[in-house]
Amino acid sequence: MEYEEQKQLMIDQLMKKGKTKSKFYFSDLAKILDMKPREAKKVVNKLVEEGILEFWSSGSTSMYGLKGQGKQTAAEHEE
Amino acid sequence: MAKHKTPLLDQLESGPWPSFVSDMKQEAEARAKNVNNVEYQIPVDVVEDLLGVLELSFDDGTTHWKHGGIVGVFGYGGGVIGRYCDQPEKFPGVAHFHTIRVAQPSGKFYKTEFLRQLCDLWDFRGSGLTNMHGSTGDIIWLGTTTPQIEEIFYELTHNLNQDLGGSGSNLRTPADCIGQARCEYACYDTQDLCYQLTLDYQDELHRPAFPYKFKFKFDGCPNGCVASIARADMSFIGTWKDEIRIDQDAVGGYVSGDLKPNAGAHSGRDWGAFNIEKEVINLCPTECMRYENGKLEINNRECTRCMHCINVMPRALRPGVQTGCSILVGAKAPILDGAQMGSLLVPFVEVNKESGYEEVKAVIEAIWDYWMEEGKNRERLGELMKRRGFQSLLEAVGIDPIPQHVSEPRHNPYIFWKEDEVEGGWERDVTEYRKHHQR
Repeated sequence: MEYEEQKQLMIDQLMKKGKTKSKFYFSDLAKILDMKPREAKKVVNKLVEEGILEFWSSGSTSMYGLKGQGKQTAAEHEE
Repeated sequence: MAKHKTPLLDQLESGPWPSFVSDMKQEAEARAKNVNNVEYQIPVDVVEDLLGVLELSFDDGTTHWKHGGIVGVFGYGGGVIGRYCDQPEKFPGVAHFHTIRVAQPSGKFYKTEFLRQLCDLWDFRGSGLTNMHGSTGDIIWLGTTTPQIEEIFYELTHNLNQDLGGSGSNLRTPADCIGQARCEYACYDTQDLCYQLTLDYQDELHRPAFPYKFKFKFDGCPNGCVASIARADMSFIGTWKDEIRIDQDAVGGYVSGDLKPNAGAHSGRDWGAFNIEKEVINLCPTECMRYENGKLEINNRECTRCMHCINVMPRALRPGVQTGCSILVGAKAPILDGAQMGSLLVPFVEVNKESGYEEVKAVIEAIWDYWMEEGKNRERLGELMKRRGFQSLLEAVGIDPIPQHVSEPRHNPYIFWKEDEVEGGWERDVTEYRKHHQR
C-alpha cells in the first residue's frame, strides 16, 4: 500500500473509532495498517511529522490521536 | 510574609533531616528577591503556590494534580510530562506545572559551568525547582508553562548541547555507573556503551512505539552501582571469564594488618584485627576459596562474581583480564505482580567498541522485536517473560538454553514437544500404518 493510501486508511479508521475514543495505543495503529510494529512505526512517524497524528502521554504511557481530536489539555485523562 | 499559610508543611521542617520544604521556601524567597534581575517567564510566585497546593493536599488528603496531555516538543513523544492543578484559581502560579526530563551526562559527570547553565535556564523559563536526579537517572525540571517548552528545548539542544530524556512508552534515558573513568573494577567502558546506544537508539528514545517503558542500565562490575539488575528491563553487568587475579604478597599485607580491608572504608570504629577466614573465606557464598600456608586459592569455576573478596582486599584481588558483560532481562518495580529482578539471558558477551557494539545490539533488537510483537499494551518485558515463559524469549532471540538460564527445578511435569523436535514429525503414512494396525 502506498503512503497516501495508508494515510487515508488511518484517518478514516480513527475518525470512525473517534465516536467512542480519541486516543489509541501504537498497537492499534499497527493493526489498522496491518503491518509489523517496526514497519508501522515508519508510517506513524511520518503521519506525526505531517501533523496528521499527535502524541499523547500520561508520563508513563504514550498514545496517539488525530491532531485536534478529543480533549486537548488538562482533562484528557478523564475521557 | 508567605503567600499561603502552611502549618502542616512547617511541621515537616522540625525533623532531624534536611527538608524539601525548607528548600522550596528558600527558592520562593530567592525568586521574590530576584537579586540577579532575571526576567522570569513564568509566575514569580510559582513556588509559593506549589507550597500552597501541597498544604491543601495534606489538609484534605487528596491530590490536586492532573497529569498527561499533548504537551511536548514537535516530533518528540516524550521528555515532557503535562501537569495541571485542579485548583487554578486558588493557585494560579501552578495552573500549568509541566515536568521536563533532561538526559543526564553519562556517569553523571558535570562541570560546574554546565550546572550553572542548566540552573540559569530553568530559573529563567521554569520554577527553578529541580530533582537531581529522577529515579531513572534524568535531570528533572519541575514546573513550567506550555509556551515555555519549545523555547527550553531550543536552548537546551542548540546552546547546552543536551537532549530531552525519555518518558512514556519509549526507551528511557539510559543510565550507567561511573565506569572506567574512575573505577578499577569496571570490566567495560560503561560510559561509551551508554552514550553510543543513546545515540544509536534516538528513534526509540523519542518516538514511542513500545508497549510500555523500556530501560537500559549499565553496571561496570557486579557491585552494581546503578543497580541495573533490579531497575532495568535490560541490564548490562560487567564480568570476566578468566580467573580473579591474585597478588599473594598483598594478601599477606592484609593478613598482617599492613593493608586496611575495604580500602579503609570501615574506619568509624575499631573492628579488631582483620581475620581473613572470618571476613573473607567463610563469607564466600559458593565456598570456593581457601587460605592455607599463607596462600590464597580460588576455585574460579565456582565463583558467582559476588565481589565480596575483591571489595575487602582490593589491593590483593582484581577481576580477570578477559572482560565483557552479562546481559539480564526483565527487572521491574512492583506495580503489577510484584517486583522482579533481572534474569540472566547472556552469561558473557564481549563489549567491543571497534565493532560498534554489534554483538550487544543484536541481542537488544531481537528482544525489542519479540516484545513489540508479543507484548500487550502496558506490559513490561518482565511481565511478558512471566506470561509466555523464559523459553519463549529464548526462542524469539535465538539463544540456546543453558544451565544458567534455569532458576528452579521444573514444577510442570508435562513436556509439549514441537514437531521439529520429534523424529519423523507429526505426519504419518496412513496406508503404511494400516498395514500393521486394524481399523
